[in-house]
Amino acid sequence: MHEWALAEGIISKADRIAIENNLEITDIVIQIGELQQIDDEILQFALEQLRTDNMKKARFTLETIKAKLKCRACGEEWRLDLSSLDEESSEAVHFVPEMAHVYIKCPRCGSPDFEVLEGRGVWLASVRGVRKDG
Amino acid sequence: MADPRLEILERRLANVRKIIAVSSGKGGVGKSVTSVVLALALRDRRFKVGLLDLDFTSPSTHVILGVRDLQPIEDYGIIPPVAGGLSYMSIVFYAFDNPAPLRGLDVSNSLIELMAITRWGELDYLIIDMPPGLGDATLDVIRLVKNISFLIVTTPSILAFETVKKLVNLLNSLKTPILGVVENMVMDDKGRIRGEVDKLGVRYLGEIAYDAGLEASMGSVEKLKGTRFYVSLERILKGLL
Ligand SMILES: Nc1ncnc2c1ncn2[C@@H]1O[C@H](COP(=O)(O)OP(=O)(O)OP(=O)(O)O)[C@@H](O)[C@H]1O
Ligand SMILES: [Mg+2]
Ligand SMILES: [Zn+2]
Repeated sequence: MHEWALAEGIISKADRIAIENNLEITDIVIQIGELQQIDDEILQFALEQLRTDNMKKARFTLETIKAKLKCRACGEEWRLDLSSLDEESSEAVHFVPEMAHVYIKCPRCGSPDFEVLEGRGVWLASVRGVRKDG
Repeated sequence: MADPRLEILERRLANVRKIIAVSSGKGGVGKSVTSVVLALALRDRRFKVGLLDLDFTSPSTHVILGVRDLQPIEDYGIIPPVAGGLSYMSIVFYAFDNPAPLRGLDVSNSLIELMAITRWGELDYLIIDMPPGLGDATLDVIRLVKNISFLIVTTPSILAFETVKKLVNLLNSLKTPILGVVENMVMDDKGRIRGEVDKLGVRYLGEIAYDAGLEASMGSVEKLKGTRFYVSLERILKGLL
């Protein structure tokens, strides 16, 4: 997924939480699956740029969850290695992570029919803050 | 834990006035051609129109439109390229000519990712070419796209219409608006489908005859605009606007 698009979603969601709970947000923890191919620096920068008044001093913590894949055909489990992909394929996976099924094959039997056990998706793991009314 | 992608998805469509999913319970009835021609006909009426291909495993609109050497532009997300005057988005920009073997959850995730990164900007209409049936993509657009309405395509065949009944039923139970039913590939009109559509309480929008010249127009926007198919759909559109 694109870092700026993601940052927009995170800020928008966090801001909504802040408004609904009357919070000044201090900490936001974001879990990112490795498959998302997010550049942490760009995402941090985007979050800094987009932060709202309800999170002026908030700290953004990014946690990457390693990707673990499992072949549905032969049962092989393996860790993601995107270094073998060419630039075009790697960019495609960056924008739409499911394109992994187009460009990655099981290292044992060559099947593209694998399951992403871990390391997929983006989650707002926690949003902490202090009540504005004290 | 909240999924921030859903948050963006809604914002991406905030400036799109009307979103129409072209759908059917059945495959091969002409959804993709209808989507493309409908989008082109709206564009000819000077509307700002987007076309989104959500058939991830068997995308076709790029072939119908003749999209070649186009790629989206990266700018705080993705700006769809323009094809035939339409803002155009398809998974082929990322899968290219390769097969995309996606299961249900992957389809859902691809749909969410693609719709979350795509910045349509201001549009009068966004036309969505749907995969056949009541699967993941259909359930997801109903779930995720607030102001969506459905245009249903059938053929005169009872086999197609039986599946359309199920689709109408599903949309009704999910309180999703239906613009009406288009009857495609009509050879000798007996008015049977029209009567059946009436019985469902859905609008019969009109028919499109079987057009032997359609195949030769694939890949060329100019040629498509000269087909009988286009003329018929243009007439149907007049009743819709
Ligand atoms: N009115 C028509 N006259 C002649 N050929 C037609 C007509 N409508 C559609 N076709 C042809 O029928 C075939 C199926 O059309 P199309 O791909 O649009 O169907 P679809 O419903 O999108 O299929 P799928 O369910 O696979 O997505 C195509 O080859 C198309 O050119
Ligand atoms: Mg189709
Ligand atoms: Zn395998």
